[in-house]
Amino acid sequence: MIGIIRSLGRWGLSTFERLGRGHLFLVQILAGIPGLFLRFSLVIQQLFSVGVLSVLIIAVSGLFVGMVLSLQGYYVLVDFGAEESLGVMVSLSLVRELGPVVSALLFAGRAGSALTAEVGLMKSTEQLSGMEMMAVDPMRRVIAPRFLAGFISMPLLAAMFSAVGIIGAFLVGHGLLGVDDGAFWSQMQAKTDWYDDILNGVIKSIVFGFVVTWIALYEGYDALPTSEGVGRATTRTVVHSAFAILGLDFVLTALMFGEG
Amino acid sequence: MPLIKIRDLHFSRGDRVIFEGVNIDIHRGKITAIMGPSGTGKTTLLRLIGGQLHPDKGTIEVDGQNVHQLSHSGLYALRKRMGMLFQSGALLTDLTVFENVAFPLREHTDLPESMIRDLVLMKLQAVGLRCARDLMPNELSGGMARRVALARAVTLDPMMIMYDEPFTGQDPISMGTLVNLIHRMNDAMGLTSIVVSHDVDEATEIADYVYLLSGGKVVSEGSPVDLKRSSSQWVKQFMQGLPDGPVPFHYPGVDFKEDMLNPEVSP
Amino acid sequence: MLQKKSTEITVGMFVAAGIAALFMLAMKVSNLSDFSDEVGYQVIAEFENIGGLKVRSPVTMAGVRVGRVSGISLDSVNYNARVTLSLYSTFDNLPTDTSASIYTAGLLGEQYISLEAGAEEEFLQNGDVVELTQSALVLEQVIGQFLFSKAEGDEE
Repeated sequence: MIGIIRSLGRWGLSTFERLGRGHLFLVQILAGIPGLFLRFSLVIQQLFSVGVLSVLIIAVSGLFVGMVLSLQGYYVLVDFGAEESLGVMVSLSLVRELGPVVSALLFAGRAGSALTAEVGLMKSTEQLSGMEMMAVDPMRRVIAPRFLAGFISMPLLAAMFSAVGIIGAFLVGHGLLGVDDGAFWSQMQAKTDWYDDILNGVIKSIVFGFVVTWIALYEGYDALPTSEGVGRATTRTVVHSAFAILGLDFVLTALMFGEG
Repeated sequence: MPLIKIRDLHFSRGDRVIFEGVNIDIHRGKITAIMGPSGTGKTTLLRLIGGQLHPDKGTIEVDGQNVHQLSHSGLYALRKRMGMLFQSGALLTDLTVFENVAFPLREHTDLPESMIRDLVLMKLQAVGLRCARDLMPNELSGGMARRVALARAVTLDPMMIMYDEPFTGQDPISMGTLVNLIHRMNDAMGLTSIVVSHDVDEATEIADYVYLLSGGKVVSEGSPVDLKRSSSQWVKQFMQGLPDGPVPFHYPGVDFKEDMLNPEVSP
Repeated sequence: MLQKKSTEITVGMFVAAGIAALFMLAMKVSNLSDFSDEVGYQVIAEFENIGGLKVRSPVTMAGVRVGRVSGISLDSVNYNARVTLSLYSTFDNLPTDTSASIYTAGLLGEQYISLEAGAEEEFLQNGDVVELTQSALVLEQVIGQFLFSKAEGDEE
């Protein structure tokens, strides 16, 4: 019994310690960001590996999510004779929830894990301490550009996900199920609000991008410098990011749409 | 006055004590070898000198500056004048050989591209890899990677250079090349070199002065010739690579005979 | 250097695509855009009650879509709803005594305006007013009236 309590305590202490180090790490990253605007080419390189390389998975997933939503929604709505509301249903669920959340989960799996593995390997092959000894601060040279790139990419990817999803839903709804295209778009436009729905979705995705990139970089930087350590850190990135995304989604949804 | 002055250095990792009162002087323009068995913290010593680790007690002065009392920018300014060669080379794997050597110049200077090219090619020529400049680090052999790292370590013309196990895992030819290079770099550029190694033959061949570390203390010091003549049993065992001596072959514990006869006893 | 250039180009395309997606969400999906996508002419109809009619609701004639609602305002004199209908220019032969009614698509569907052609020989022009209108059916009113008349019937 004492043993269980003791291990619980140890777990709690180490968790708090990691949280504390994670926040210090974030402060160091943020301190490194202003200097990046003088050397934006570093960020562009990272935008390529973090953002551009995630486009394919985001676009394909978005298309299929939209198509499935359309198909499922149609069979429910048609019973009420409300199949013309298909556009609203799809656009609201994509823009408010699925766009930011699913694209953030995919981003954590695709770009987050890659960031962790990359930084972890740079640490284990002494590249980071090599830089330090060359008087180059790895926080500024390696970590901060990646952070900024993740932060910029995420809302763009989420917008692509939603847009492609809506197009997919339209293709299925109009092409396959024969929903009137005018009603599809007009109902969607009538009931999707730019500020309440779309901007709030964008804010969500910015928050998710911030958190996922932060977790990924911290796990990589904090990884044990062995191949096993890097592997574990990569897994942790995906798991912790998923928890963080879903938990924050609940909080943000309650804050944003609670009164409405 | 020595370039590096280490006084009463104490350092521990968790419960494990690594240094207990180490005093070392590194003299300008000389090659100093720091030797000792694996696990005596030789690499840790280099990281302490480079300011990546903090000692529990004691001081390290480099060129008159206390490394661990410098500000962040002061430390980075000092590091520009130190070169370090990591055991693995620590080349940046996403850059070519050329870009690796150019890296410190690009980070710290605003030199025009043509001048960077000239400087990089000069350094690569010195290590004999000028024509390998377009290769990626994963295409290099271990010895070549270390030579590239050496070229990179001297691009900013530092006052000193620290070698972390430069000979480990090298074939005889690249070992010979490295020994030669370290010697030549030191003499041609007026560098001060610190070589951490446990390869007795190579280290004693190039070193002007040797420190032997063991158990967190300096066990012995002197010129290579002095050490070879040393009467200490421990120094003799280490320098000649004898399997048994003051450092026992067997991990300490209960007597073998007793262990075999009593299944209950634990070491 | 060449590689760097292509990286920059793809990143540029990536950012542009992201912004384009956001633009599409803003213009095509949400109600930010107010420009009409088809040129046509506008007529005005006044209703006592428009129920759940919204800007962008469809305008149909015999079930065929002929335009959409482009504006709703309140007439400050007689407190009626003034609805602006944007009709496609292909349907420019609607008689001046055309009537407009607000109906609901299905039981739970959205509300739309249905036009019924009259018999006049002159056609509606841009800015004309549709005189004959029938307001939206408000469910509560209908039920209330039904219950009221039912109660009256029981008393007799």
